[in-house]
Order: sequence, then structure tokens, then C-alpha cells
Amino acid sequence: MNRRVKIVPTILLLLGALYSLAPVVWLVFASTKGPGELFTTFSGLPSLNGGFLENVRALNEYGDGRFWTWTLNSLIYAGGGALLTVVVSAACGYAMAKYRFHGRKLILGSLLAGVLVPGITLSIPQYLLLSSTGLVGTYWSVILPSVISPYSIYLCQVYAQASIPDEMLEAGRVDGAGEFRMLWSIGLPVMMPGLVTVFLLQFIGIWNNFLLPYIMLADDDRFPLTVGLYSLLNRGASQPALYTLVITGALLSIIPIFALFLFLQRYWKLDLIAGGVKG
Amino acid sequence: MSTLPGLSRRRRRGPGAAPYLMAAPAVLLFIAFFLIPIGYAIWLSLHAMRVRGRGLGVRTEVFVGMENYLTAITDSAMYEALVRMLAYGVIMVPVTMGLALSFALMLDVPRAGLKGFSRLSIFLPYAVPGVIASVLWGFTYLPAVSPVHRASAEAGLPAPDFFGDVSIYFSIANIAVWGSVGFTMVVLYTALRAMPAEIYEAAKIDGASEWQIAWKIKIPLLAPALVMTSVFSLIGMLQVFSEPNTVKSMTNAITPDWVPLMRIYQQGFIENDIYLSAATSVLLALVTVALSLAALAVFRFRARRSS
Repeated sequence: MNRRVKIVPTILLLLGALYSLAPVVWLVFASTKGPGELFTTFSGLPSLNGGFLENVRALNEYGDGRFWTWTLNSLIYAGGGALLTVVVSAACGYAMAKYRFHGRKLILGSLLAGVLVPGITLSIPQYLLLSSTGLVGTYWSVILPSVISPYSIYLCQVYAQASIPDEMLEAGRVDGAGEFRMLWSIGLPVMMPGLVTVFLLQFIGIWNNFLLPYIMLADDDRFPLTVGLYSLLNRGASQPALYTLVITGALLSIIPIFALFLFLQRYWKLDLIAGGVKG
Repeated sequence: MSTLPGLSRRRRRGPGAAPYLMAAPAVLLFIAFFLIPIGYAIWLSLHAMRVRGRGLGVRTEVFVGMENYLTAITDSAMYEALVRMLAYGVIMVPVTMGLALSFALMLDVPRAGLKGFSRLSIFLPYAVPGVIASVLWGFTYLPAVSPVHRASAEAGLPAPDFFGDVSIYFSIANIAVWGSVGFTMVVLYTALRAMPAEIYEAAKIDGASEWQIAWKIKIPLLAPALVMTSVFSLIGMLQVFSEPNTVKSMTNAITPDWVPLMRIYQQGFIENDIYLSAATSVLLALVTVALSLAALAVFRFRARRSS
């Protein structure tokens, strides 16, 4: 039997990896260049004149550490929003998977329609509505619209259906456990791998979101990283020195999410997403 | 069955209000952030600000019926934005799907090398926000900074123009492709892994090559997953915003109303006509829903035929 590695698929996969990593490698190189070097030295190679630390220092000083405020804000929006999504979606998904009650069909149908309505075109009406309640510009204006995710509820329902046996709940009832007690001590532990996936998908979704915070927020101090770096880039069009800050900021902003990704890799249940796709 | 009277009474009582309470937070949020905004957008789209009375008059909100919708569909800037979005989508959707499918099939080939490394590398851009990806790629397009420009100058070749009349569509599509191939690939690959290996055994015994197995067996089996991921991709096309909006600050090739969502933003926030903006939003949402429902119908039809 031929044990040799197949050459053609391996090369194609490597080309794919190269395409995916090349801009990140460029970013690493570019962040080592001081403001004077960015436009004058070849960007395919790093610069070894200590430019990186210089750039981090400049970024740190920009607007009294505004970059770190944006980072913290991104963590608040993505972490808080994803956590709330998991709580809300797990309870709703569990209820729809494990009980037959009046209005269940209506909720299911509405959620399906909700999956189809693009969240992003909702942002403008959401802005208009929130501006009449005075919430626009607050942390809540970005967190609350992100919490409701029909897709997350759908995934929780699919997962609860597949992983929680009815016999376990029957046994719990015979032992006299209340319905909420069973959700807490039987349902949630069994659903945990699915909930981690929902958390990660939602965390990345909110972390990457641009339009919603872009519309909702006007105050620099509330910006997440995406909107903050965008505003910095816009200013860079007239002040090219800011470009090095944008580049360094972009690199620093993707490091934590890459780390989270690599660290949590084995906790992902991607077959759950594919299962959702298969319906 | 138990004959203890207390126990059977408990059993018969059922879950009571529990499921309602569990579903309540989600339902309330759904009403607050989906149904009410949709209703409000429709209400706004049927109204406009008008000056009433003589002289200075008073600006009041009045019902105007379909007027905003008429303005929206005859808006030539919107028409141009739609054409640009389609040009972008004609590149982005097939390239994303083609690359994702090829990579998924390559990953599924026995004895392909470096699978773990390439799968992770191709998936990583999914974690990069669209704005950051646009910053990244934008700099590599910018003549003053681009490594491509520098390399072609050193090789004595003419410098490529990434912001040309035609090339701009490829440049913007490339950013979206880069960010979404990995996710689509993983969904397709996972669907492939879930298929029983016996399906391929018979084909192998008959002497089918990997290529034939991929083309004649794997791709047809992937049809439902392909339809669904294509729909995600199409919806992504309709919602394209952050890539051109970010690259806009680096070139004049991108106007402030380059794609529909940018046009809607402009109507609502620059021209301050939230009524027209709402009408256009409703139209865009309708197109998205129609497209999704059509794809879902195809998906259901295929699923029924194969079962």
C-alpha cells in the first residue's frame, strides 16, 4: 500500500494556507516599521530598528490610552453580549425542545422568519427606536440588540433535542425536581458543549460587528475596536503618520482573538453548525 | 406506573408555567428588537416630514403612502449601488463557494498532508473583523505601501492598479472571500465527515479514482449544505458594508453610496431623510427574505427527493 502523502491536495491546501496567512504576516512586518519607514522600506521584510516598540508606545499614548479603552469596550460588548445570548437562548431552546405548549409553533415560526431577516438592515430601525428611549450612545444600545439571536436559539433547540433524553427528565420528575431545577442541573450540563459553541459564534459575531456600534455610538470612549480603528484610519487619510498606529492597532486587536480561537479549538462543536445546516 | 396517590398527582400537574417563563426573555427581546423595529420601519416608510402652512410654516410628520417607495425604486444612485453590489457578488459568491468546496474536498482526501495546519490557517481569517481585514488588504492595495507594487517595481513590471474601474470589484470581493472561505469550508468538511464511509467503499472497489468519487458521490451528497452556505453567502452580498466603507478612506474609487447599505446609511444619516432610508431598508429586507425563502424551497424540494 502506498503510504506517501498525496502531492496535489497537499499543495492546494498549502496555497490556501498561504493566501490566508500572507496578509497577517505582512501586518506583523509592517508593525515593526516606524512612521518614516512605512513608506520607504520594502514591506515584504520586517524592520529591525526597534520600530515595533516605538509604535506600541505611540499607540499607548494616543488619546490618553484610547486604544485600550476600545479593547475593553470590545470585551464588554462581545463577552457580555455573548453570555446573555447563551442564557436567553439556552432557556428558550430547552423549553421548545422539551415541552409542548401553546404558542410554541408561533415562536418557532417567528424565529425562523427572524433568521431570514438580515440583522444588519434592522440596525437603522433599531437606532431610531432606541434614540426615542434615550438609550442610544450607551453600552446597552450595542449589547441589547445583539442578545437576541434566532440562530443561537435554533442551535440550542437542536442541541437540546439531540442530547437530553426524555427519560432523564422523567426520572427527575419522579424524584420531585421542579422544572427550573431540571433545566439547571440536568439540561444545562448536558447542553454545555453546544452552549460553548453558541458563545464562541456569538462572541466573534459581536466582536466583528461594525454597523451596529457605528450607528449607535457617537462618543469615542464607547467605541469598540472596529469602530475605533476605523475612525483612526479615516483621520490617517489626512495625517499619514496615523497609519502606523492603525497597523499596530490592527495587529494588537487580532492577537487576543487568535489566542482565544487556538485555545478553545477543541471545545468547538462545529458538527453542530453543520447539523443545523442539514436541518 | 406508580400507584402512590401523591406522586401521580404531581405527575399529572405537568410543567405548568415553566416553559413560558423559560421562553419569555427570548420572546420579549425578539419583540423589542425585531418585531417593533420592523413595524416602526414600515410605519416610517409610509410617512414624511412636510412643511405645513404659509410663510415659515411648521414641519410635521404626514402620511404619504407609497411615495417613499416610489422615490426609493426610482433613485438612480440606488440603482447604481445595486449594479455595483451585483458585480461584486458575481465575483464573491462563486469564488467563496468554489474555494471552500475545493479545500473541503482536499481535506477529505485520505493521505493529504498538513491537514491540521491548513485547516486552521484557512479558518483563522473568520476571526478577523471585516474592518480590520479591510485595513489589512487596503494597505496591500495602496501604491505607497503595497508589497505587490514594490515587488513589481523591482522586477521591472508595470504596477498593478487595485483601485481601477474593474479591478476595484475584485479588490473588495477578495477581502470578503478571504474572511469567509474558512467558515464555509469547515461547514462543508464537517458535513462530508458525517457521511458513512461505506458509501465510498463500493466505488473504490469498482476502481473509481478520488476525483471521480469527489465529483460523482461527494458533491451530490453535499447539495443541501452547498445550498445553505450559498444562501449565507448571498445574504452576505446583500449586506456588504464594512469592506467598501473602510477602503473608501484610502481611494476615490469608492463613493459614499457605493453599495445599497451605504446608500441607506447616506439617506438616513447624511441626507437626514429617515423616512426614505426606512423605505429602502424595508425593500432590501424584502429582497433578502424572498431570496432566503426561494433557497429554502429548493433545499426542501431536494431533501424530499433524496429521502
